[in-house]
Amino acid sequence: MVGTLFDFVIGHFNTVTYIILMMIGFYAMTGKTNLVKKLVGMNIFQWSIILFVVSLAAKRGATIPIVVGGPDQNAERVLDVADYVNPLPHVLMLTAIVVGVAVTGVALALLLRIHRRYGTLEEDELLERVRTSE
Amino acid sequence: MNAHQSALPILIILAPLLTSFALPVLGWWYRPAVFPVALIALTVSCGTAIVAAREVLVNGPLHYYLGGWAPPWGVELRIDSLGALMLLLITVLTLLIGIYSKKSVVKEIPSKDVPFYSVYLVMVAGLAGLVSTADMFNLYVFLEITSLASYALVSIGGGAAVVSAFRYVILGTVGAAFYLLAVGYLYSMTGSLNMADLSRILPGLYDSTTVLVGFAFFVIGISIKMALFPMHTWLPGAYANAPSAVSALLAATSTKVAAYVLVRVMFFVFEPRFSIEVIPVTTLLGWMGAVAMILGSVMAIAQSDFKRMLAYSSVAQIGYIVLGIGLANTAGFTGGILHLINHAFMKGGLFLVAGAIVYRTGLREIREFRGLSLKMPVTAATFAVCALAMVGIPPTGGFFSKFYLILGAIDAGNWVFVGVIVLSSVLALAYLANVLRYMYFPGEAAAGRGGELPVPGPIIRDEVPWSMLGPMLAVAAGIVLLGVFSGEVVGQFIEPSTPDGLAR
Repeated sequence: MVGTLFDFVIGHFNTVTYIILMMIGFYAMTGKTNLVKKLVGMNIFQWSIILFVVSLAAKRGATIPIVVGGPDQNAERVLDVADYVNPLPHVLMLTAIVVGVAVTGVALALLLRIHRRYGTLEEDELLERVRTSE
Repeated sequence: MNAHQSALPILIILAPLLTSFALPVLGWWYRPAVFPVALIALTVSCGTAIVAAREVLVNGPLHYYLGGWAPPWGVELRIDSLGALMLLLITVLTLLIGIYSKKSVVKEIPSKDVPFYSVYLVMVAGLAGLVSTADMFNLYVFLEITSLASYALVSIGGGAAVVSAFRYVILGTVGAAFYLLAVGYLYSMTGSLNMADLSRILPGLYDSTTVLVGFAFFVIGISIKMALFPMHTWLPGAYANAPSAVSALLAATSTKVAAYVLVRVMFFVFEPRFSIEVIPVTTLLGWMGAVAMILGSVMAIAQSDFKRMLAYSSVAQIGYIVLGIGLANTAGFTGGILHLINHAFMKGGLFLVAGAIVYRTGLREIREFRGLSLKMPVTAATFAVCALAMVGIPPTGGFFSKFYLILGAIDAGNWVFVGVIVLSSVLALAYLANVLRYMYFPGEAAAGRGGELPVPGPIIRDEVPWSMLGPMLAVAAGIVLLGVFSGEVVGQFIEPSTPDGLAR
């Protein structure tokens, strides 16, 4: 029983890692009252998924996907699919990272405005002050 | 591949996107030009959408290959008749709300007009992209462009709106992250991101756990984005605290487009039989929709703030759309899409009315609306038209979408859903008629409350300016026209795109 569980964890190392990270992020988003900690939790949540998708394309001992000599050369010089790392997940996640940075930037700007207006980033105090200021 | 290629799809996106980059510079140089230029971009988008819709109806779906790379390698934009309908909806409503917003923005968020219009245009570009893209990852990017624009627009008013916007950021990002995870899972199984290509590869993989998990994450992610009932908590605060024009924009477009994405992936990327039989998500969605319809309406009745009431009503109306999708038969699908269109007009119109009332009187509490029909007769009449459509009175569009939904529920043999649709309509009548009563019968409303408030003295007619009345009347006319021509909308746009494999 312990053996099979161990095998599962080793065999699905990337899946297990991303789920653990995701749950840490989820805990921070739901369990913490400080808004900055919620934001950090959101970031961990996002990055866990990015890490997972990048890990899908990882391949031990593989090479970069550059065709030597260009596409016009004869077919033997073209790399075999099994020998190179699929670049697409990395490229997609690069875009996802950019999106994530943009979201973080917007969220930080919002926190700045909240702090200027209400002078706190603790959720319970904040909700109290929002209620009294209306 | 002899697909009908055309540059129209990209024009609809580029016109607002490029203009939005130019606006901050323009605003720094000559500020009064910002609004007309934004309006020109919206008009170009709207005109192109109309031309594209005609092309689609005559020649079939339009394709555009970005950078000339043919699918499945390149990113493809594709507009079929359903997409053309959604593009028309988005561009027409954003143009109307754009015209309306001028006075409203000056009043509610003075000195913020330049950022407002540039972000507004980014939002329109994102929405148009979401509807026309045929690539799963490109869809994620447009989803986030739209979301980022809406976070900024909600928070632009300051104060409590910023707190609501932050909550929206957290939940919206979780939804998008789930969507991204779904794309990752599907890509790891299929090696493709193009929707048409995926729909060819996926049927052989329906038994795969990875595909099932990916699909489940997709449904959860998009449900958060469209504020389906237990995941709706970001919506009331965001809609109620945002500036009026933004509330109207969000209510009319953003959740509707998320519902469209749900339909697109559930029935076109996956086959209907997958969503119905392999993993019975349609049944689940139908029941969640039913719960949303009842609880959303009940919470709307409990509100005293007009905009917050409309926001909870939106939660209920999303339930109608999801219920139609969940019925998974032709009539239910037609009803769901038709209600999506109708509700965009109805709720857009209602939020425009709310904005007009705030603009002229600053009132937000429903019980303060007494005698408003004398002070603002046209606004009150627009409200009445929208309210009647929400309840489903025959000449308006709301009647026909509910009619199709009930027909679909009967076809599915699900009498509980029939009851829920009728009950939710009655509840909608309850909260909307309450507002009508205060607007049109101030004396009786006061009597009903024990007459503690004195009936106001002679009321002077004091309407909002024509630039706000015009769009409101256009939306009200649209509601009636959608009802009168609902047969044409269904026959021309919805029927050709009804997926094969739905129960009849």
